[in-house]
Amino acid sequence: MPTDLVPPSAVVAPEPPVTGAAAAGAAVGAATPGRLEIRGLSCWYGTFRAVRDVDLEIRPHAVTAIIGPSGCGKSTVLRALNRMHELVPGARVEGTALLDGIDIYGPEVDPVQLRRVVGMVFQRPNPFPTMSIYDNVAAGLRLTGRWSRAQLDEVVERSLRRAALWDEVKDKLRQGGTSLSGGQQQRLCIARALAVDPEVILMDEPASALDPIATLRIEELIAELRRNYTIVIVTHNMQQAARVSDRTAFFSMAEDRAGYLVEVGETGQIFTNPREQLTEDYISGRFG
Amino acid sequence: MTVNRALPAPSRRFVRSGHDVRRMRMDQVVYGLALAAGLTCIVPLGAVILFVTANGIGALNLDLLTKAPRALGTGGGAVTAILGSLQLVALASLMAIPIGVLAGVYVNEFSGRRPARLIRFAADVLVGVPSILVGIFVFTFLVLPFRQYNAFAGSVALAVIMVPVIARTTEETLKLVPMTLREASLALGVPVWRSVVSVVLRAGLPGILTGVMLAVARAAGETAPLLFTALGSRLVNVGDLGQPMDALPLFIYANARQPYPVLNQQAWGAAFLLLLFVLTVNVLVRARSWGHRRA
Repeated sequence: MPTDLVPPSAVVAPEPPVTGAAAAGAAVGAATPGRLEIRGLSCWYGTFRAVRDVDLEIRPHAVTAIIGPSGCGKSTVLRALNRMHELVPGARVEGTALLDGIDIYGPEVDPVQLRRVVGMVFQRPNPFPTMSIYDNVAAGLRLTGRWSRAQLDEVVERSLRRAALWDEVKDKLRQGGTSLSGGQQQRLCIARALAVDPEVILMDEPASALDPIATLRIEELIAELRRNYTIVIVTHNMQQAARVSDRTAFFSMAEDRAGYLVEVGETGQIFTNPREQLTEDYISGRFG
Repeated sequence: MTVNRALPAPSRRFVRSGHDVRRMRMDQVVYGLALAAGLTCIVPLGAVILFVTANGIGALNLDLLTKAPRALGTGGGAVTAILGSLQLVALASLMAIPIGVLAGVYVNEFSGRRPARLIRFAADVLVGVPSILVGIFVFTFLVLPFRQYNAFAGSVALAVIMVPVIARTTEETLKLVPMTLREASLALGVPVWRSVVSVVLRAGLPGILTGVMLAVARAAGETAPLLFTALGSRLVNVGDLGQPMDALPLFIYANARQPYPVLNQQAWGAAFLLLLFVLTVNVLVRARSWGHRRA
């Protein structure tokens, strides 16, 4: 384990253009990469259908919030979008989810590669406890290929800057990732997800374990990130959905406990003028 | 004293009575018994350490550490046994650590629930199998066919003792590694094998090391599995796995039964060495886990 790291110099441009695989994909047509089209998606745990027939379009470079009562399958849908759902024994998916026109459940898609394009941030900050701040951000690259120290330095600094954490940690990159505060840890996890250059970032209640100040910083960060990434955020906090998202999808639970999409629309419309009675009942606090 | 209204008489229920005094005495008696029972657990360990140290420390000298046994018990040392134990345990570790760790990884990370239960059960039974049976088992397929006691058979027997210990501690340790860490790694597009090696095993490393060290200490002290395999030897054997090899427990066993006080003394010396090794390993392990609890 090298310990002789000099913090990378601050000359790296904070916002270099997205490079590599993402750029190659972007060249096809003028469409922004990172568009998701979910068609007839059902998620199963063994014989239990947790989510039924979801049709949902997720706009690129925008924030889509998924709200709904507990147990309605919000997280399950989210985890189906980077094929984390199938890691649960017995779990499977029906239907399709197209990412820039390619079915992520198609035979030519490798789930491991997909997860580099569709990154994820979890409910509880989960930095690798055995790794330093630097190593946490570099982990996604180190564990998937060979990178020079200079390349890593650059990616680590860029990712930490994008996650609005650089100034707070630049002098202690060698310290353990778990030495940070909860909010910082979550931003570290976001930096870690950004480091592998994703197009889509899935966030599963990313602020629910954080205090209000830290939550605010995460929300500001989400607003910033949406310029470069497609963001899907699951939240049980309706105010948060209203604050951070461009579009909101409302899920509910049917009689058979299967979650389904009630409606989706512009966030302003959903919260002020929903089409469905159920949505109105939920956002006005009458159930859920 | 003028009292307008009748107040209830003050309660005296909380003042100590004869009954309470008896109860407190009983409390002291039972406390004393429990304390005595607790101390009884420490006494054997203390006695063994004191006894072996008292008798063994005087027998410890340069000859014991550097010389081979001499004929007819006129002197010499235990270098055969020291080198033998080192080789046997090292070779056994070489075999048992990869198998044990991989078995633990398999059970916790990859196998379904049924195979896991079967393997766990087998490991638990294997831990409980009398070690002399392990010796006989290895004897039948690594000694009998060659008509030759040999060091390799000895280290295989020790490895059989070590594998279940390492496999179980590895599994128990990995069980404590939070699921969210695996998910964090997989969500970065890290392949499963790489996640296991670089994230899960790394997080569990302290616990796995603890299990390995305990298994090594256990193997170093085993006598029975070596009786029918490595046999013991009065010749220095370095590296010839096809020949018998001595080990500290075998040396103690053989020399303690001799009529020569010189040899009995050497047995005490060897016993002290063995005790020192096992205690050191155990204390190191405890110190490690204490350090971790604090961190």
